Amino acid sequence: MTRALALHIAVLVALFAAQYFLPPYHHTNIARIMVLAVFAMGYNIAFGYTGLLSLGHALFFAAGLYATGLGIELWGLSAGPALLLGLLAGVAIAAATGVLALRTGGVSFMIVTLMFAQAGYLTILYFGAYTRGDEGFVITRAARNLGGVDLSSDTPRYFAALILFGVGLLVNLALTRSNLGRSMIAMRENEERSRMLGYNPFRIKLTALVISGLYAGAAGAAYGVLFGYVGASFATIQYSILPLLYVLLGGAGTTLGPFLGALLMFYLIDISSGYTTAHLFVVGAALLVLVLFAPKGILGWVRDKGAKWLP
Amino acid sequence: MTKLIGMTPSRRSLLKGMAATASALALPGFVQAQSSAPIKLGFQLHRTGIGAAYGRWYERTTQAALKVLNDQGGINGRPVEVIFEDDGTDPKRGAEVVEKLASQAGCDAIFGPLFSHVVIGSAPRAGELKVPYLVCSEGFHVASGKLNRWTMQPGITDVRAQVTAMAPWVSQNLGKKITMVFPDYAFGHDHRDYFTAAIAAQGGEVIKHIAIPPTETSFTRYLPQIPKETEVLYHVMVGPAVLTFVKELGEFYGTGARPEIFGFIDSLEAVDTASPGLEFLEGTHFWEGHCRVKQADASEHETFYRAAVGVDDNGASISDGKDVATYAHMFSCWETLFMIKAGMEAAGYQSTADRQKFVEAVEAMTTIPASQAHPQGDKVFNGKTHQVFGHQFISKVESGKLMRVHTTSIEDGMYPDAVDYTTMAF
Amino acid sequence: MDFGPFLLLALMEGMVMAAVLALTAVGLSLVFGVMRVVNVAHGEFFMLGAVIAWFVTHYMPGPPAVGFAAALVICPLIVGGIAALSDTLILKRLKYDPEATIVATIGLSYIFQQAALTFYGPDARPVLAPFDLRIQLPWFGYSGYKIAVVFAALAILMAVWVLITRTRAGLIMRATQLDRNTARAFGINVDRVYAAVFALGAGLAAVAAVLIVPIQQAHYLMGHDPLLLSFIVVIIGGLGSLRGTLVAALVIGLSDGVISVFFSPTLAKILATLLVAMVLVFRPQGLFGAKP
Repeated sequence: MTRALALHIAVLVALFAAQYFLPPYHHTNIARIMVLAVFAMGYNIAFGYTGLLSLGHALFFAAGLYATGLGIELWGLSAGPALLLGLLAGVAIAAATGVLALRTGGVSFMIVTLMFAQAGYLTILYFGAYTRGDEGFVITRAARNLGGVDLSSDTPRYFAALILFGVGLLVNLALTRSNLGRSMIAMRENEERSRMLGYNPFRIKLTALVISGLYAGAAGAAYGVLFGYVGASFATIQYSILPLLYVLLGGAGTTLGPFLGALLMFYLIDISSGYTTAHLFVVGAALLVLVLFAPKGILGWVRDKGAKWLP
Repeated sequence: MTKLIGMTPSRRSLLKGMAATASALALPGFVQAQSSAPIKLGFQLHRTGIGAAYGRWYERTTQAALKVLNDQGGINGRPVEVIFEDDGTDPKRGAEVVEKLASQAGCDAIFGPLFSHVVIGSAPRAGELKVPYLVCSEGFHVASGKLNRWTMQPGITDVRAQVTAMAPWVSQNLGKKITMVFPDYAFGHDHRDYFTAAIAAQGGEVIKHIAIPPTETSFTRYLPQIPKETEVLYHVMVGPAVLTFVKELGEFYGTGARPEIFGFIDSLEAVDTASPGLEFLEGTHFWEGHCRVKQADASEHETFYRAAVGVDDNGASISDGKDVATYAHMFSCWETLFMIKAGMEAAGYQSTADRQKFVEAVEAMTTIPASQAHPQGDKVFNGKTHQVFGHQFISKVESGKLMRVHTTSIEDGMYPDAVDYTTMAF
Repeated sequence: MDFGPFLLLALMEGMVMAAVLALTAVGLSLVFGVMRVVNVAHGEFFMLGAVIAWFVTHYMPGPPAVGFAAALVICPLIVGGIAALSDTLILKRLKYDPEATIVATIGLSYIFQQAALTFYGPDARPVLAPFDLRIQLPWFGYSGYKIAVVFAALAILMAVWVLITRTRAGLIMRATQLDRNTARAFGINVDRVYAAVFALGAGLAAVAAVLIVPIQQAHYLMGHDPLLLSFIVVIIGGLGSLRGTLVAALVIGLSDGVISVFFSPTLAKILATLLVAMVLVFRPQGLFGAKP
């Protein structure tokens, strides 16, 4: 077993064990963070590995969230099929977005993804008769039940989040080691040279975006079922910036970076709001410090300082 | 943080210090020793984000109410603490704040949020954690049955009741052909749906609905859509742009002919009606949840409330006459805090093990007369829908000040129950 | 109201919007063009301009016009100063790396928002227009001040145009935009040019805010929409093209007003947003940008 795999397994084992020690407040927080980390991992696949700076990932998260939520509340699906629907929604929307947006690059790509996400948000509002618009809706507690397991109670929820996170993490690890993963990195490093070597940039970038959408959709779908609320605020630009911040904080292009970033960002806000009402300032300052002194993120910095094997 | 207000033994996690005090649970002296420990209430505050303007006044009102409550001996002789946490007017953060207040701070109950999407986003977690969640929101969400048995709104009436109560007076005094201008999201849709139905029941008709997108900053281009036959222009706008809306309405009509105008004070919360550019509001009418200007027949409770919160007779801060309060909404915090006191005392509340008894005690409440604890007026609480009903006020702008012209009866705002929470499990 | 006057009103509103949008976006366009960085804090410079305008008009004695005139001078100077400081202390250290600049400017925008919240508060507060004039047309009334804003914006844009095309400073800016390294070889202090351009961009946003704040109100969250719209305008117009920015501002400002006449506003916004995306998808260089 390689060092990398061992590290990842160790992290998962630690998270598994943690649930027996964590006080209730932190217990649910970690469950939340794990789901958001899946979202961030998806973003990392597009941004950290393939170099696609998207500002529209909230669209994919919201697609998963709403497909699952509407599936349960409007069409009477049970949690299992609804979650699957959410996953598919993330994939489909990412594919549709990618086919159009990947004709551009750089800053234009960023704006196009941003525009699609905005249009998505407005569409949720437009169909308010079904989606309850910005107010959102609650997923009935009874429906948050997968194969007899009540996902609205703490322990099963933590397990579900952990399983989702674990699968996402290990798939991500496998991806970075695969040929596809390496070609994604090649796209980020030097697209022209990769094209000359015979790779199809469009196809690789689209694949990366679709996988990214799969992760984001899965995270959205899971968030709905595990935490019981579907709302348009998840489709706003804040939720496109959030995974970017997590990834940049933890380390873009590293597998564990997104989780670390999500964890640290959450607690930075949480702890600072205990000391000051100006927690926005703390977050802003933290970002500045980070970008000035550790621009590759924490794990990126660690990797540079000698742990070259860190994926 | 080792203050203990009783943890239910089903919690499977180990808290530092829990082991030591857990054994104390078995001692008969425990309940006695703990009964002077403070009652902790969590307040989910919109300190930042789009709700911050309301949040500021909510916090002030709650602090004032808390002081009065503690000066009078607290709840069951125990002092009361309120722990404020900022939810950024965000639903995701709201759920986390509920978590933090209930699990980490060990609060007995949580109250305070205003914005509907935050309430709906946070309520599920409150239900899962089995913590009483008393919202100060005026949304119809509680009474609609969509939330859970732990969520209640005992301190402020809901938009459906408010809007329904307006229809009789509007159709009898202003006109029967209405054009509605409202924000194109859930809050606005509630106004649209319920008022259209209510005015139809009075023999009137809404001839035009003008929905304005939420982030709109300029409204002039919508105003030409107001049909010429409009007798009453009904407006309710929320957000930083409300003053612009009212100003542009004034610019559009000028001193020429205009329909009667009926607005909800939401359009002008925290804004001085005597502001330049608002002159054309003279002679128009507003719904007020609580009259901003102190009326001639104000009760002693109203006077006491104003002094305690620090609001002058014009509805502005005593220390800064330009700082106008969100007067029509903030009383909800005061009244909710005193409802918590009433509920806890009726239930003989000792510790978090009694949370369910507290909810049941509140559900059993019916008529609540006006008092120092309820300065806004008499109330009737519907234990089945978890929603309180009260008087609504209609005011007219005279010489730049809102003077009350009508008080609705509590029955004017009632509507059929949409849910019976008392049949649901906890 | 009949269709003719209706359209006229929509066009007039569109002109006002286009004017303010052009002013705000020009600042961003300059920064983009010369420095090649995305300034996410641009919206917050706009907001700071509005908030500082409130402070100036609030504390300056005399009729509103005096306070307003003072704000027109003071606000761009202060906001420009803050921008120059941000550039020298932070952006320069990052060597203007695109991603790092995005993160840094996001951090800066949080800090500015918090500062506004702490010192100004969460309320939306009005600022008095310098004069109160209502123009009565046969079909509707309209604010004289809004019309004045259009002319003021035109004047300022003209001044910027003159600066860029006719002065030595503008020449230096254009040289730095064309080729940074060659410019440096010619003895141009690129760092100082960058700081100046960043300050100028922020200052223009602040001026736009001062002009618009009597129409809207000053609110600590008001920077979000201008940021979004400025981005759209600059990208559609084409990176590095001032003319493109102006044309795009005109088109977007006018069409926003006109489209919502025909469609439900939310639907109109959806269509407008998708339209912007499609323009970029099929013509990534924008209207006037250089083909990549």
